[in-house]
Amino acid sequence: MSAAAVDLIKLLFGVLGVLVLATAVGRVLREQVAPDRSNPGIENLNARIDAWWGMAALLGLAFLAGKTGVIVLFGFISFAALREVLTLTTKREADHWALFGAFFVVLPVQFWLVWDEWYGFYSIFVPVYAFLLLPVVSVLLGDTRDALVRIAETQWALMICVYCVSHVPALLTLRIEGYEGREVLLIAWLVIVVQISDVLQYTWGKLLGRTKVAPTVSPSKTWEGLVGGVISASLIGTALYWITPFSTWQALGMALAVTAMGFFGGLVLSAIKRDRGVKDWGHLIAGHGGFIDRMDSVVFAAPIFFHLTRYFWSAV
Amino acid sequence: MMRLKTAARAFAAKTMGHAIVFFAWLVTAVRGIWEGSEPVPVQRVYFANHTSNGDFVLIWTALPSRLRRRTRAVAAADYWLTNGWRSFIGRDVFNTVLIYRGEEGRDVDPMEKILEAVDGGDSLIIFPEGKRNMDPEVPLLPLKSGIYNISAKRPEVEMVPVWIENLNRVLPKGKLVPVPLLCTVSFGRPMAVRAGETREEFLARAGEALLALRPQGGPQATAGQAPGEVRG
Repeated sequence: MSAAAVDLIKLLFGVLGVLVLATAVGRVLREQVAPDRSNPGIENLNARIDAWWGMAALLGLAFLAGKTGVIVLFGFISFAALREVLTLTTKREADHWALFGAFFVVLPVQFWLVWDEWYGFYSIFVPVYAFLLLPVVSVLLGDTRDALVRIAETQWALMICVYCVSHVPALLTLRIEGYEGREVLLIAWLVIVVQISDVLQYTWGKLLGRTKVAPTVSPSKTWEGLVGGVISASLIGTALYWITPFSTWQALGMALAVTAMGFFGGLVLSAIKRDRGVKDWGHLIAGHGGFIDRMDSVVFAAPIFFHLTRYFWSAV
Repeated sequence: MMRLKTAARAFAAKTMGHAIVFFAWLVTAVRGIWEGSEPVPVQRVYFANHTSNGDFVLIWTALPSRLRRRTRAVAAADYWLTNGWRSFIGRDVFNTVLIYRGEEGRDVDPMEKILEAVDGGDSLIIFPEGKRNMDPEVPLLPLKSGIYNISAKRPEVEMVPVWIENLNRVLPKGKLVPVPLLCTVSFGRPMAVRAGETREEFLARAGEALLALRPQGGPQATAGQAPGEVRG
């Protein structure tokens, strides 16, 4: 078995251990506080933990299936996320073909380009070609009402749901000296650090949270939670340096960067939800809401992590 | 041979039904929201707003499968019997109660056919606006009398208001391909004609019950105004 596979299996067992522990804690809490399932907070916690099992299993399977598996998985996540965001945007009948193009042309082409490892094209396809050509489709039909709003909202949806999400599997295309065949561990590291940071920010916020960061945007985000979550998640990211091409200090720096970006992602997407008067983006992941509710932090962190790694470590 | 053909057709219809429901779910991830009624096997008439040809498929998809089997849509025969495919879908797959809207070809009174289905024990899906509402500025067209007549004649059947949200954006008029957007189907509190209630009063109450089910939030909140309109 290759060293990369050994590391991946070690990592999967680690995640398994954390999930078993979380599940035990969740069930014990339920037994102690409300065995009749009457406490909504504890029920939500258990629903979230159960959903984490599903998400970890899917990601693990995709990793074992290799590049195509990872790209197909993130392609589906991208589709579900795009559907959630575009559902909340201002649209008129004239946008029908532009929306069709976003889902069935732009999205598959972007992920195909990543699969093809065509960096020069997948890094500009959405912001150059999709952004310029899709509005043409809408405008040719002659409907000018809310034109800028309609165009801008579709583009932002493509940016976060297709372009940013595609930068997670794009990590597989980086060529780092001495790290060949282990690229999938970069994705594992990014997803683990960012998601753990979300969980720890929430936990620290519940335990110590007093001072709200942006009360008008999200009442649950506090400075105590932010600082505690970012520091503890960054330490976990540092401890996992052995699966990355980074040294310990580099891993710490990277972890700080992606956890900060993750926090900003959560903040920006909460503001959009608040503007549209909804609590969750969707309903498909029990306890978590929609795909964007779970992916908001990864979405913001992925392109920055990709480009930092590419600039400092990659040969291509 | 005949029996074999019938069995094959029934099998094809069942498979087609599952495929259509799965496709509708894939495109819309539709979620049933139960506000005031529960998804239990009680005989009901679900009456809903009508904005798309896919409306009754979406309600069907939002219903749990044990209710779906005994729930039939009331649909226009002059649309669903025009060709082989439509009649296969309308009659075999969805087992719709087909009624004739125009005078031509009408052999029985539509209300008679509807009551016959109710007396057979089935739940029904009906669109009391009578036709699809194509005007995005008007949320609901005036309701026709059918639901009043059903409730007055069969008071034991629960009349459940149902609001379908967003399907008209998934498949606008005249478009053949849907775009995937999330839809919801909200089921409200069951109602019936009250003692002494007039037709107009009941229909007004039913219309209000429908409009009250519209979800809060979403894209409508920021829909702008046409050029030249003055903002108040």
